[in-house]
This record gives sequence, structure tokens and C-alpha cells, in this order.
Amino acid sequence: MTKRAMEKKGVKIDVRNLNFYYGSFHALKNITFPVYERKITAIIGPSGCGKTTLLRCFNRMHDLYEGARYEGEAILYPEGINLIGKDVDPILVRMRIGMVFQKPNPFPKSIFENVAYGLKLRGVKDKKVLREKVEKALKDAALWDEVKDRLHENAYALSGGQQQRLCIARAIAPEPEVLLLDEPTSALDPISTAKIEELIEELKKKLTIVIVTHNMQQAARISDFTAFMYMGELVEFGPTEKLFTKPEKKLTEDYITGRFG
Amino acid sequence: MGGYKRLKDKLLDKLVFVLLFLVALFVGLLYPAVALFTLYGEARPALERFGLIGFITGTEWDPVRELFGALPALTGTLISTFLASLLAIPVCIGIAVFISELAPKALKPVFTTAVELLGAIPSIIYGLWGFFVVAPFMAEKVEPFLQELLLGLPVLGRLVDGVPTGIDVLTSSLVLSIMIIPFMATIVKDAFEMTPRLLKEAGYGLGATKWEVIKDVVIPYAFPGIVGGAVLSVGRALGETMAVAFLTGNVHQIPRSLLDQFTTITVAIANEFTEADTELYLSSLYGLALILFVMSFTLLALSKFLLFKRLEKRWAVKGL
Repeated sequence: MTKRAMEKKGVKIDVRNLNFYYGSFHALKNITFPVYERKITAIIGPSGCGKTTLLRCFNRMHDLYEGARYEGEAILYPEGINLIGKDVDPILVRMRIGMVFQKPNPFPKSIFENVAYGLKLRGVKDKKVLREKVEKALKDAALWDEVKDRLHENAYALSGGQQQRLCIARAIAPEPEVLLLDEPTSALDPISTAKIEELIEELKKKLTIVIVTHNMQQAARISDFTAFMYMGELVEFGPTEKLFTKPEKKLTEDYITGRFG
Repeated sequence: MGGYKRLKDKLLDKLVFVLLFLVALFVGLLYPAVALFTLYGEARPALERFGLIGFITGTEWDPVRELFGALPALTGTLISTFLASLLAIPVCIGIAVFISELAPKALKPVFTTAVELLGAIPSIIYGLWGFFVVAPFMAEKVEPFLQELLLGLPVLGRLVDGVPTGIDVLTSSLVLSIMIIPFMATIVKDAFEMTPRLLKEAGYGLGATKWEVIKDVVIPYAFPGIVGGAVLSVGRALGETMAVAFLTGNVHQIPRSLLDQFTTITVAIANEFTEADTELYLSSLYGLALILFVMSFTLLALSKFLLFKRLEKRWAVKGL
């Protein structure tokens, strides 16, 4: 398909025959599916199915460790560059694709410094611009009202749920095109989880979201598309509603009805 | 029979407990107390003659006139220790960054072991090497160069005033720093490797380069470890005798330039113990030892209780 045609269909990342290896271990096998722009795509599946591994391909996190090898394509539109291509600089990929991790991991710095860090990496020096952008990111992450009077306190003074929203603010401050969320609520209580889910739905107005979750209800609640993975393979991909109500594959049905997992 | 055996086991339990308790008590409390007490007892004649303050602030050290003041040796110790740490810290951070972040996985253990083995070289070897290799090199090459570079300048010029002999503050501090580097580097490297992977990934995830992650994530996180390594090494440098025994010149004067001869507490004790022919002379050397003991002890205790507590509070990362 041509670039323009893909754009027209609203595809942000087109994953084609993606294979991933850790040394000799074949972790992801022939994955093919589209990630649509300004939609939430959930990746679900039992532990060890490779969902986090797949997510970490999109921002080339595997490049930090020895023995990682990608094959195939994950084409980022509108330019049509292959995210996992050998000639593509992982740092440039990470500049455009942000990430939020399983556990809140703020830096041992002030709240302000945490959010400003990504901006500083991109060369923003002007204090006024920094302040504005930090405020905007914290507002978008629904954290501003809780922290506006203590921006210069250490981030560890915040609760777990607040820390995770701080990490979201940190990730969206540099205005990435895609946001990757790796089980962002698995370490949080139900109230914090609800806040973050609400926040994620709000964020999709501005950017494309890929979320890994082992909580099926969460995937059903917030995502537009769902990819179900099993043993390193993509079993089924489709609109969330369809996948949860009328799955095509027996394996998908067994998983979403709780017969294994 | 079973009951008898249980009783025996119980007795053995008690016995082991009491024994180990006594050992711990001896090492932890009694031993330092005995050392302090002995030193104080031996140093008393000197302290009574000059007064505690008088002894510490006295600038004369003249065995012929029986005048003994600790200030020159004390300042010498502090200055050389401070300079040695100043020189060692950046080198150690460099070594730690290389081993923990840059070296290929297969080479890491090789470098780690190499650095640790350097720490096993006896300090007298550093001393000999310093005297026969470093000192002449400093006298012929480095010090004349520094003089040419700095002599005209206002403040820096005074630092390199004097005759370049290689037996001076600069060479001593340099050799001392080389000696403490393996020790300090190992601690700093361990602190670096404690940085949670998740924290580093947070930095990389935002688009940081390796250097930016080291600078903004790893070093700040390892900061308490760096301070700890520095303090322990300073403690070691304070008490180090043999590495600088031949390099200070053992002259009891407060150095005014980096090229002055000077002495440290340990060097003075090592050099003069055998020739201390009067009770007051010997007692004054004990007085020096007492000062050193109290100084190292306070340094470690303070850093342990105050500094680490504060740093831990500030930097502690829970649950990562």
C-alpha cells in the first residue's frame, strides 16, 4: 500500500512480519497488525506471551541490552520510516515515542525537574517556556491541582498513583506522537487506576496510545482496538467490541472467558 | 537419651551465644576504648606540659629544645588527604562509569578484578615507586612545567613557589590518591550498579543518550555511594603512612606552597619513634597518634550517623 493510502486509513504504525530474538530465543513471531492514529490499542495475553516485548520494540528499548535482534518492519507514518530498521537511530525513535512503565519510576528529583527533563533533553532552555510546558503537561496528566504548590518538592513525596501520573506527565511533556503504556496501573489501587484510565481516554484526543495490560476489563473499558497474543504470536486483532463479543478464534474466546490465563 | 541430647544442644547454643557476644563486645566497644585509653595515658605528659589546645595549635616541633606542637603535622595530614581525595574522586567516577556502563559485558569482571587487585598492593610498594619513579619525574618534568605555567599569576603562582624537588605536598598527594583509587573506585562502581534498571530506562525512554543517562540519572542516584566511598577513602588516606613515608621530607612546617616539604602525623610517628629519646618526645608522638585516632574515628562516625541518614532520606527510592 502506498504511504498516502495508509495515512488515509489512519494508520500510525504498520507492523509487518515483525520477528524479535533474544540471542537464540525467538520471542515474537511474524506479528502483523496496524496501530491506528489517535486510537487506543490494547495488547492483551497471558504472562510471558510477549506483549511487553512487542511494546518495547516500538521505542527500541531492547537495544539497551546485548543480544537483541529485530526482523521485519514497523513503519511509522506519515514519513514511512521503519522504526526497527538497523539504520534508524533509536534515540530519534524515542524522541517521538514516549513510554510509561509498569511501576512508577520518577527520577529522584523535584516534581518540576521530572517533567522538565524530556524538554531539556530536546534543548528547551528558556525558563518561561519550560514553566508553561511543565504546567500544561501536569494539567493534561490531571495532576496540576495536586502539585501546583509544591513543584519543587521531591517526587518521592507523592503517592504511588500521583507518581504514575507524574510519569505520564513526564512522558507527554515533549509532545510525543505515540505513547506506550506498559501495564501502567498494575501497581496501583482501584481509585488511582480509575483516574489513570480516565486520563488515558482524554489523551487519545492528542496522540496515539498503545497499552499493554493483563487486565481484560481494562482493555475492554478503554481501548478501541485489541490485539490478543499467545506464545509470541498474534492470535487475533480487531476492534475491541468485536474481539470481546464475537471473537473469531477459539483461543481468544477461551482467554477472554477466563478458561485459561 | 533424646532429652539429654536436647539439653546438650541448648547448652551449646548458650555457650556459642555468650562467646560471640563477648567477641562482638570486645571488637565493637572495648577495643576502641582500650586503644583510646592507652593513647591518652601515654600522651598525658605532653598534654599536661603544653595543654591540649597548646599542643594542637603549637607550630614548633623542636626535639632539641623539647618544644612539641602538632599543628604542622596536623595540617600536613589534612592538606595531603584533601588533595588526594580531590584528585581521586574524578578518576574513580570515570573508572566506575566505564566498568558499570560502558565496558562490554564479557569484559566487566576482568576490569572489576583488576581494580580490586590494585587495592591489594602493599602501600610500601607505592611508597618505593613514588620515591624512585614519581618524585624524580615530578621534579624534572611536571613541577618545572607548572611553575612556568603559573608562577606569574596572582594566587596560583604562590601555590607552586619554591624549588622543585619532587619531595613535597604535590607528589605526596598524588601518590596517596593513586593508592586510594582502587579502594574508592570499587565502592563508587558498586553504587553505580545499584541504580535501578527501571530508572535508567525512564531516562532512555525520554530520548536521553548514554552520557545523559549517566550524568542525569546514574550519578545523582549513586551520589550517597560516591560520598560514602570518598569518606571511607579519606579515612584510609588519613592513616596511611608507608605510601608517603619517603615523599614528605618529614619537615615540621605548615606548607605554604605545593612544592614545600612537610610532614603528616603518620610519617612523623613512623620516622621519629625510634629516635624519641626523652619521655616528653615519646609522649608527644603519642599525642599525635591520639589526634589521628580521634579524627578518623569522628570522621567515620559523623559520616555514618549524620551524612548517610540525610542522604538516604533525600535519595531513597522505595519499591524500585
